[in-house]
Parts: sequence; structure tokens; C-alpha cells
Amino acid sequence: MPTFPATAAPEQRAIRDARHERLFRWLLKGCALIVLAALLGAAGATLWGGREAFATFGWHFLVSSEWDPGNDVYGALVPVYGTLATSFIALLIAVPVSFGIAVYLSEVAPTWLRTPIASAIELLAGIPSIIYGMWGLFIFAPFFAEHIKPWLTNNLGNKPDDGKLSWVAEHVPFVGKLFGSDYPFGASILVAGIVLAIMIIPFISSVMREVFQTVPTRLKESAYALGSSTWEVSWDIVLPYTRSAVIGGIFLGLGRALGETMAVTFVLGNAMQLSASLLDPGTSIASTIANQFSEAAGLQKSSLMALAFLLFVVTFIVLLIARLMLRRLASKEGR
Amino acid sequence: MNTLYLRRRIANALAMALSLLATLVGLAFLAWILWETLRQGVGALDLKLFTKITAYGEDGGLLNSMVGSLVINFIGIGIATPIGVLAGTWLAEYANRTKLGESIRFLNDILLSAPSIVMGLFVYTIIVLPSTALTHGSTSFSGFAGGVALALIALPVIVRTTDEMLRLVPSTLREAALSLGVPQWKLTLQILIRAARSGIITGVLLALARISGETAPLLFTAFGNNYMAVNPLEKMSSLPQIIYQYANDPGDAMHALAWAGAFVITMFVLLLSLASRLILSRTKVSHD
Repeated sequence: MPTFPATAAPEQRAIRDARHERLFRWLLKGCALIVLAALLGAAGATLWGGREAFATFGWHFLVSSEWDPGNDVYGALVPVYGTLATSFIALLIAVPVSFGIAVYLSEVAPTWLRTPIASAIELLAGIPSIIYGMWGLFIFAPFFAEHIKPWLTNNLGNKPDDGKLSWVAEHVPFVGKLFGSDYPFGASILVAGIVLAIMIIPFISSVMREVFQTVPTRLKESAYALGSSTWEVSWDIVLPYTRSAVIGGIFLGLGRALGETMAVTFVLGNAMQLSASLLDPGTSIASTIANQFSEAAGLQKSSLMALAFLLFVVTFIVLLIARLMLRRLASKEGR
Repeated sequence: MNTLYLRRRIANALAMALSLLATLVGLAFLAWILWETLRQGVGALDLKLFTKITAYGEDGGLLNSMVGSLVINFIGIGIATPIGVLAGTWLAEYANRTKLGESIRFLNDILLSAPSIVMGLFVYTIIVLPSTALTHGSTSFSGFAGGVALALIALPVIVRTTDEMLRLVPSTLREAALSLGVPQWKLTLQILIRAARSGIITGVLLALARISGETAPLLFTAFGNNYMAVNPLEKMSSLPQIIYQYANDPGDAMHALAWAGAFVITMFVLLLSLASRLILSRTKVSHD
């Protein structure tokens, strides 16, 4: 850059400013790239840690239900099944309940009641997951074992206490197997799913409520003017308008449920077994890692890392879909 | 009466009743959880919680875990805040509407709900394993590693709030400063971040609330320690970790201690969320 003696001072200042500007820009960009590095690093570190397991077992790792530290043979099927089953149960319960809450808060409730209930639910979404886990372990699982489980096994399951099969267990396929269990405690796949559901209800319902509020009022008013009922407006106007974002919110909840460790570990019973019954204990990817990692070595540690890699990839894909779906509504609004 | 009309009326009444029921059921379960935490926690509150360390077991308290939690959270927030604020500033001021900026904003949203246990394993791989190799000794878990793991969880929260808050700052402020010849870095540091200060603080408080209950990433990083540790290079206990350990213990006295710890964490988190809400609502009023 040419310099002229007469204007040296301002010139130098401009150069200095430009230099600072460049440095500042690089600093900021570096910090932003750390976000990228964290995601790539987490995927890379678990893949690297699990390379031995992937190399030893290959594709067999994904489909084998054997997890035997004694013989050093590991397969991911049982924890993968536990993760998917608990998350699926959680969604099955949480989605309709969250939809009900969101409809109530955006269409039905008196206006003065909406904000307090919504903020109470949002506050509760911040409660640490280990609290949900403790409540599940000490309060809900015993309650379930005493009051709900006997009814389920006797009326729906194929292993009732008195040995007499109920009509449902005899005539409806699968139901008997799903609810048959002679395990005496509450901790089970079903209880873990219920606790997860309670944990993700605040997430899903606040996303749904937020997107329901983006529906233009004139759209709803036109429907009301044509004589629609509140339910018809919710189901035929609000839901179609926000469909992609609602699916996004559900996937966001699913992402949470899949990766959740503490709420599940306490109430899953930590049993490395594949059982058709929802009332039997099981394990999930995250709780297997939490329970075994500190004492594991060699191939077992590598297998746990490989499990973590699987979990990370699956949640990444689920969350990716969630964000893309949520973004679609935002672009509709021209944001 | 017209049957179609009647059917629609009934369907509507049914749906409204169900939505009310869903809200009541949801709130009831959440209230149940909160109530049990309060009841069991208050029942187990005792002065020894704050004066004795966990090495005494049933007769001990949680002092070293509370100190450990404070140290680890402090490290986590201390690392995540500068990085997060600068990264959020880059997204809002320098990379808004660029391809790289949009992708990082998008990936940050994913990192926001990535499984925390995987973050723990990541930090285990990049910090605990190398330092073990350095010391040639047993696995060197440390409070510092725990802090880094928590920083990774706090980071996306801070990035997102900073980004959002800066984008709310009116562009006339930027134009006014730039027209006076202020370089952009000075404008960013001295004007924009100041204008968005309360929003950014809210983000940091929310991030603190988020990490103070995290358990999974601490299990393989800070590990746990029955004695008092203040040096972040040592193994360190933390409240969530000790809750996890005591809740899995068969003894009832241990369960009471776990409930007391749970109560302390829940109160801390609820207070932080309330405080951040208050700050945010106050600034909204002052801007109007």
C-alpha cells in the first residue's frame, strides 16, 4: 500500500484498523469453527475408539444379541433394541399428550391462563434428567409394580399369576407376549418409555405451541366464520399449516429420547437380554455405556465406543430431519 | 336436530375434553415429580450436608460434591462463555446469510440436543486418555476434563442466544457507528455486545442451568472422589455424579442423601431459570 508523508497518521491508522479487523474476524471465525470441530470430533473420537470392535465383528456387531465380557464377544442388538423400543413408547405417549396440551394452550384455554401454564411447563423442561430418573426409580417404578403391572400381566399378558389366560392374551396376536412377565420388579422397557415420555412432553408441547401461534389469525377466523368448530380449526387448519414444524418438534423430542442417559438408566433394570415383553428389564445404548465404561478395557471398551458412535450417528440424522422440518415453516413465513 | 351437526358438536366436545385432560395429566405428572423432589429433599436436609464430605458415607454430607460441582461448572462456563459469545457474534455480524455461517448455525442447533454421554466420551478420548499416557500412571480423570465436557454442552446454548440477541439489535445503531468511521471490530465489541448484554447474560445463565444437572458426561471425565478436591487436575466429585452413585446404593440413608442432592440441584436450576426470565422480561420493558 503506498504511503504519503502528508497523510501518514490517518493512513497508518487505517492500516492498523484493517489489521485489527482481520485478526478479529479470524478470532471470531475460529470460535465458530469450534462448534463444527465439536461435532466432527465427537463422531471421529467414537469411531476411532470403536475401530477395534468394528474391525473384529464387522456387520455382525449390529445384528448380534450376544454381549459376553467373559468370552469377549459383543453385539449391539440388545442395547439398540432397548433404545429404539423405549424411545418409540415415549413418542407413542408423548405425541398425543403434547398435541392436546398445545391445542389447549393455543385454542381452548382462557387467555389469562395460557402464559402461566406455558411458562410452568417450560420451567419444568429445565429440570435435570437425573431428577426424572430418581423419581422413576424410587417413586414410579414401585408404584407401577404394585398397581399397574399386576393388572397388565393378568389381563393382557401370557404369564398371569393364576395361570388362566385372559381373552385378550388368547385371541389377539402379540399382546400376550408384550405384556407377559414373571419379573417381580417395576424396572422395565415400558416404565423407561413412560419416564422418557414425561421428560419429552415439555419439549414437544412447547415447540408445538410455538408453531401453532404462527398460524395467521385470518386463516383461523375465516374457518370459524364458515362455522367450523374449535376442533375442526385445530385439525383441519392449524395442523396442516404447521405440519412440517410439528413433525420437526416430534423428531426433536425423539432425538432427546434416543440420547437420554440418566432418566433411562435408573428404570431400565440394566439386563443384557432380548425379551419380547415390555415388562421385562432391558438396556439401552446410553445406559450400557454409563454402566460399563469405567470398568471396561480392551475390546469391551472399544465395543462401547462403537455403540456411542451408532448412537451419535442415529441422533444426528434424527435431529437433522427435525431441524430441516422446523426450518420449512420458518421459510414459509418469509423469515 | 341435524345429525351431522350433532356429530360435529359431539366430536368437538370430545376433542376439547381430551385436550384439557392431556394438559391436566401432563401437569399432574410434572407436579408429582417436583413434589416428590421437594418432599424427599426437604426431609433429608441437614446441616451435615454442607459441612461433611462424602468419605463418611451414611454419616457424611455432600460438601466435596458441592465444591466439585462449583469448580467444574465454573470451568465449563468459563470456557464456553468467551468462545460461545465470539462464535455467536460471528454468526450474527459477519456470517449472516453466508453459506458457512448458515451451516454452522444449523449444526449448532444439532449440537444443542446431541447426546451428552457421547460428548463425555469425546472428552475422555481427547483429554483423559492423552494425559494418562503423559503420566504413565493410572487413568487420569480430572475436574478439568469434566469442565471441558460441560463446556461442550453449554457452548451451543450460548452461541444460539448470542446470535439471536445480536440480530435483535436495531441496524440503525450499526449504521450510526459505521458512519462515524468506527471500525467494525470496535463497533461489535463496544456497541453491539453492550446493547445485547442482558440477552447474552440470560444465555449464559440458561447454559449454567443446563449443565449443572448433567451427569452422563462427568462419569468418564471428572469421575468422582470421596475426598475434598479443589485442584482441577485431580479426580473430582460432583452433585449429579454422587446422586447417581448413592441412588444405586441399596442403603436408605444413601437414598436420603441422594434426594437432598437432587433437591439442591433442582432449586438451583429453577432459580437460575427464573432469574434469566426476570432479566429478559425487564429488558423487554425498558426497550419499549
